[in-house]
Amino acid sequence: MSSTKQSGFSRRGFMRGVGVGGGALGTGLLEGAAEAQQTATKLAGPGAVPITLQVNGKPYQLTVEPRVTLLDVLRDRLDLTGAKKVCDRGACGSCTVMVGGKAVYSCNVLAIEAQGKDIQTIESLTAQGGRDPVVAAFVDNDAQQCGFCTPGFVMATKAFLAEHPHPTEEQVKEGLGGNICRCGTYVGMRKAVLQAARQGGSHA
Amino acid sequence: MPDTPDYSWPAPEKRRVIGKRQSRLDGAEKASGRAKYSYDLNRPGMLYGVILTCPHARARLTTLDTSAAEKSKGVASIELMAKPGEEIQYAGYEVVALAAETEDQARDAIRKIKAEYEVLPHFVNEADLKGAGTNAKPSGEQTAGDPDQAFKDADVTSEGTYGVPIINHSCLEAHGQVIQWKGDSLDYWPSTQGVSVLGGDLAKMLSIPATSVHTHMDYVGGGFGSKFSPDRWGPACANLSKKAGGRPVKLFLDRATELIIAGNRPSYFAKIKLGAKKDGTLTVWQSDSWGTGGFGGVTMPPLPYVYRNVPNRRLTHTSVSTNGAQQKAWRAPNNPQASYLTCCAMDDLAAKLNMDPVEFFTKNANYTNTPEVYSGQLAKAAELAEWKKTWHPRGQSGSGAVKRGMGLGVCTWFGLGHASTCRTTIHPDGSVAVELGSQDLGTGTRTVIAMVAAETLGLPVRAITVNIGDNKYPESGPSGGSTTVGGVSASTRKSTMNALVKLYEVAAPALGTTPDQLEAVDGKIQVKGTPAKSLTWAAACRKLGTKTITEMGVNNQRGPGGLIGGGVGGVQMADVSVDTETGIVRMNRMVAVQDCGMVINPKTAESQVFGACIMSICAALTEEKIYDSQTGRVLNPDMEFYKLAGIGDIGDIVVYLNTEPEFDKRGVIGLGEPPTVGGLAAIGNAVANAIGVRVPMIPMTSNRVLAALEGRNA
Repeated sequence: MSSTKQSGFSRRGFMRGVGVGGGALGTGLLEGAAEAQQTATKLAGPGAVPITLQVNGKPYQLTVEPRVTLLDVLRDRLDLTGAKKVCDRGACGSCTVMVGGKAVYSCNVLAIEAQGKDIQTIESLTAQGGRDPVVAAFVDNDAQQCGFCTPGFVMATKAFLAEHPHPTEEQVKEGLGGNICRCGTYVGMRKAVLQAARQGGSHA
Repeated sequence: MPDTPDYSWPAPEKRRVIGKRQSRLDGAEKASGRAKYSYDLNRPGMLYGVILTCPHARARLTTLDTSAAEKSKGVASIELMAKPGEEIQYAGYEVVALAAETEDQARDAIRKIKAEYEVLPHFVNEADLKGAGTNAKPSGEQTAGDPDQAFKDADVTSEGTYGVPIINHSCLEAHGQVIQWKGDSLDYWPSTQGVSVLGGDLAKMLSIPATSVHTHMDYVGGGFGSKFSPDRWGPACANLSKKAGGRPVKLFLDRATELIIAGNRPSYFAKIKLGAKKDGTLTVWQSDSWGTGGFGGVTMPPLPYVYRNVPNRRLTHTSVSTNGAQQKAWRAPNNPQASYLTCCAMDDLAAKLNMDPVEFFTKNANYTNTPEVYSGQLAKAAELAEWKKTWHPRGQSGSGAVKRGMGLGVCTWFGLGHASTCRTTIHPDGSVAVELGSQDLGTGTRTVIAMVAAETLGLPVRAITVNIGDNKYPESGPSGGSTTVGGVSASTRKSTMNALVKLYEVAAPALGTTPDQLEAVDGKIQVKGTPAKSLTWAAACRKLGTKTITEMGVNNQRGPGGLIGGGVGGVQMADVSVDTETGIVRMNRMVAVQDCGMVINPKTAESQVFGACIMSICAALTEEKIYDSQTGRVLNPDMEFYKLAGIGDIGDIVVYLNTEPEFDKRGVIGLGEPPTVGGLAAIGNAVANAIGVRVPMIPMTSNRVLAALEGRNA
């Protein structure tokens, strides 16, 4: 991947992962957002470069290779492991975080692309022991089992409610179609999202 | 003879905690991202492990050269998992593991390994039994009664071939672990269903004493039967850590490898012929089944399923070995497949008899081990599913492109409880700890343990500290066979009751009575039925002075009775719409009626059934591990094409738990597995009812539905 016409990143499977798409049975609000992240970026790398990320209101100065995803930086460098690595190619939503107020699959965003934007992870919702209405609604409605997909769903719900503060159940089924749960907790989730909407869940 | 003390569950009207809808205690930890799964651990100096796998379905490894990888940036250690000369039996087989400073560096290095193979002929297409050749191993015929005579005497016979492909567990937390050597011992953070036993298994593989392995796991991101073993990557990870001077190594499978080698649920196919009398009495069963779990084949499924006692039976089975990865237990092993084969064949016979399947399954319920349970459940499910409103005789689908139909399937499971030992400690300050080497797969195990202890001690649920997930605690069995809730609830009840009796002994003199006259209610130790003569819990515990009470409890119950039971029944019904122009099947509703004994926490119990139903929807409509005949490789090892249902794909789900007194008195019975069984047949039969023809193979993709409508094989 030395061609200067292309982005210069050699992130494995990155283009392929984004290009195939459409795998989840439903269509989610995240797909459009993930694609919107692929704006032109200055050529960088292939060696490590210094970057600054604004995560949960705090600046982090790091040196990362341009190919490294935002997900890997969050998990491996910042120990923010609420975003999970599952499919690693934008098909399951377990790594959902907010970048610039929009939900994205952080496995499909390069860390260097996320500079200059506010990055909000699941950990921010209950920082300092705070109560978050979406988290609380997921607990109240038992909208989780093993819990591995849950932080991604909670973040997707945040973004969904920001755009649909008073959703119908049909809108919930459509709007959260970009995330996958293997244990099958969707019945509780539908109730949780509607409860969170009633309790102003779109406001972090 | 009654136990001393009396461990039996309180009568329903006396329960203050058990049977109440309790939110899971670790819910906020998990939903807020604070819960640390083993995959989330970041240890100081940790390396990242990656595995190179074989791309060929069958091949001899001829050369293996890791010299370039060794020099690759960041590489700390390399472990060979296959030797040159070795014959490899499936694509995805592990060849080399290596550890590097970052995951990307590890992947860079993996690409520099030169592995060469002599490619050998392979076989992966077990659906075509004729092509299996020497890969097929038929077993002997089993007969009962006189099947030939019964077919002669039958008024109606029905014949069909049905099939279920290999599917994957697709755990969202991949298989893997973090391992760190410390001198002669190691710390092991796996993703497992068996915290108490896994360390011993790893120790055996490494030829070190079991005492040298400390296992710890707080949360696990899905198991479904696939996480009982350290697998080959466990010892590989341990060796990578050892070779790197004891630095911790995190090695989890990437998604593609997870979906290729982390476990096959066996495929099953069967040619089934049934006979019945005009009145709908099933008289004879004949099945020729075959299937595979991958390399090594698979045993006969439990046929005829649930309707075990059909008087005349002839069964053969052929085990087919393919060049596919290994079989692993999958939530109710072999039961969903057996239920599908049986209930579809019975549904087709009912159609030939012009009989409503609810009537047919009820009429023949005397062939099950619990006729009254199934008859009652069929009636209840039909009521909840509004069966009579939507079901119609086969072929009378009405006009319009979208057809609606109803179908049913049945399940059973043995339940009971695994061996479990629990330790309850009451401290002088009134705090209570319950400790056992169990694990919470997401079923709510932590919460039910706390509820049982709280019920026993008359305390609020949050007053109990539950410590699980570590092999330093008393041994508790692996979470398989829906045996966890039975095992841990019985051991917790016993250890906690034993501890309470000790507290009674300390409190009795202060209350001027004897220990056997005391009870623990609403945060007090009181004379039975006399709240006025009581000590608060805190005051009673203060009388311990500087001592603590520590008592053990053991579940060693092997059969039903006492605290736990087994042998449940259940019925699932599906209501679907099928677009006959596109072949798309849409779920309208699924109803599950399930017998599960005494329910400790209805909230998490219902979640189990919802989840099980959704898993069966996935298996019936979308899930299939597709092997390519030409290359022998898995074509869909990713989450775009290994399809799981999303939140909008499941319709509505209605759960009814049989908690009537005659079920409740059986004690605790696990229900993780049974409700995952009947949905496949329910959906299959609903599609047949909708479109008037049988779609014999699941998943019922558009292609298969359209093929069935056009009378061709898909």
